Amino acid sequence: MSMPFYVPPEQFMKDRADYARKGIARGRTLVALQYENGIAIISENPSTTLHKISEIYDRIAFAGVGKYNEFDQLRVAGVRAADLKGYQFSRQDVDARSLANQYAQILSQMFSEGPKPMEVELLVAEIGSDASSDRLFHVLYDGTVLDEHNFSVLGGDSEAVLTRLKAGYKSQMSIKEAIAVSILALSGAERKLNHDELEVALLERNGRRRCFRRIEDAEIKALLG
Amino acid sequence: MFVAGSDPGANFGELLKRVGMSPFASHSEENDLEIPHATTCVAMRCLGGVVMAGDRRATSGNLISHRSMEKVVSADDFSGVAIAGAAGPAMEMIKLFQLQLEHYEKVEGQTLSLEGKANQLSMFVRSNLPAAMQGLVVVPIFAGFDLSSKSGRLWDYDVTGGRYEEKDFVATGSGMLHASTVMRVAWRRDLAVDDAVKLCAKALWEASDADSATGGPDALRGIYPVVASITKDGWSAISNEKLSQIYGEIAKEVGSR
Repeated sequence: MSMPFYVPPEQFMKDRADYARKGIARGRTLVALQYENGIAIISENPSTTLHKISEIYDRIAFAGVGKYNEFDQLRVAGVRAADLKGYQFSRQDVDARSLANQYAQILSQMFSEGPKPMEVELLVAEIGSDASSDRLFHVLYDGTVLDEHNFSVLGGDSEAVLTRLKAGYKSQMSIKEAIAVSILALSGAERKLNHDELEVALLERNGRRRCFRRIEDAEIKALLG
Repeated sequence: MFVAGSDPGANFGELLKRVGMSPFASHSEENDLEIPHATTCVAMRCLGGVVMAGDRRATSGNLISHRSMEKVVSADDFSGVAIAGAAGPAMEMIKLFQLQLEHYEKVEGQTLSLEGKANQLSMFVRSNLPAAMQGLVVVPIFAGFDLSSKSGRLWDYDVTGGRYEEKDFVATGSGMLHASTVMRVAWRRDLAVDDAVKLCAKALWEASDADSATGGPDALRGIYPVVASITKDGWSAISNEKLSQIYGEIAKEVGSR
């Protein structure tokens, strides 16, 4: 009878974490930040059909970086969980915190028990009635949930992007400023990002039920002026 | 998450079945339940879109059980549903239909075609057939602005889920005969939206005049039928002030007969 090799748990976790981090680092970075009228989410994404940012519920948006098929699967699971909860109870009972926790459960289970960890990082963003009740939950590949304030950076080159974003971020920016600051944070000084390489979506306090809005290429172009 | 073979895709109704929450369960044998019924709704095509309207009354037998029910609601930005029949299942069907359209849009990242929406509603009506056999009949009208053909379109249904596209106008519910007669006499294919709104209001007036289960405008309580237009700019409900003015004109015209 053959014996499996002994792998110490520290090594096991480290290998898996390295594997997941490598996968995530291959993708592009994504930035979310509060602006004067809600939350803006901006990412480098040359595709106009395979989205990284999408709507989950009335006031909740989802963003994922890393492996597309994996975070898209999680996105659909989130839409399902949210729609079921809203149908079963009430629309106002659907919140980002519980959704982020559900994602954390799935990711931590996959990380420790699955065949391989998921190579994704997620953002669950929710806007409240004012800026102080906005939520940005950043969920890591191992199920760690970070409750972030004002802004959040996901994905590969996040350290450098975060430093640049911190330098440029002001509270109560207009949407134009917010996008400009984010682009500078994403690209750095030496690279230039074009409007058609970007994916931008907003959660805006618009007085309507559904607050999620995608900003199309032409509108980004106009905003970048 | 579901395994590949049993994944419900973007279908919210199927998702409810998978998790054991389908509202279309079979109903009890009791046939003489006094349940609230919703009554007359109309819809018509006009230049640049469609107009839908429905009265606000729900009845249980000979009693008025509700005075301000909304039987005409938007299904999404470019379509609406009007429902006549057993109020409980009808409202549930509307809620589920709205959810299905939104669910599809979110999961797939794009909206269903208008034809697809109409077909989806037909499946909902069909799955209500066992309940309909026991008296809980639900008969909707579906109308919307087709973004691909740039015109208004409308459908009516029978209890088995049969789906019929209409080219002019349609009415459903207990006052449908009176309402259709009014529309039949005055409808023209080149009606402007405003004129179609007036004609729908008038059709409901005449239905409420002759059918006890259809409610007329209630100026005392400020309750007017729901009238809405759907055009290239989307769903737009007519305000109570405007309706009060339209019904004032109709009352004057009827008074001078």
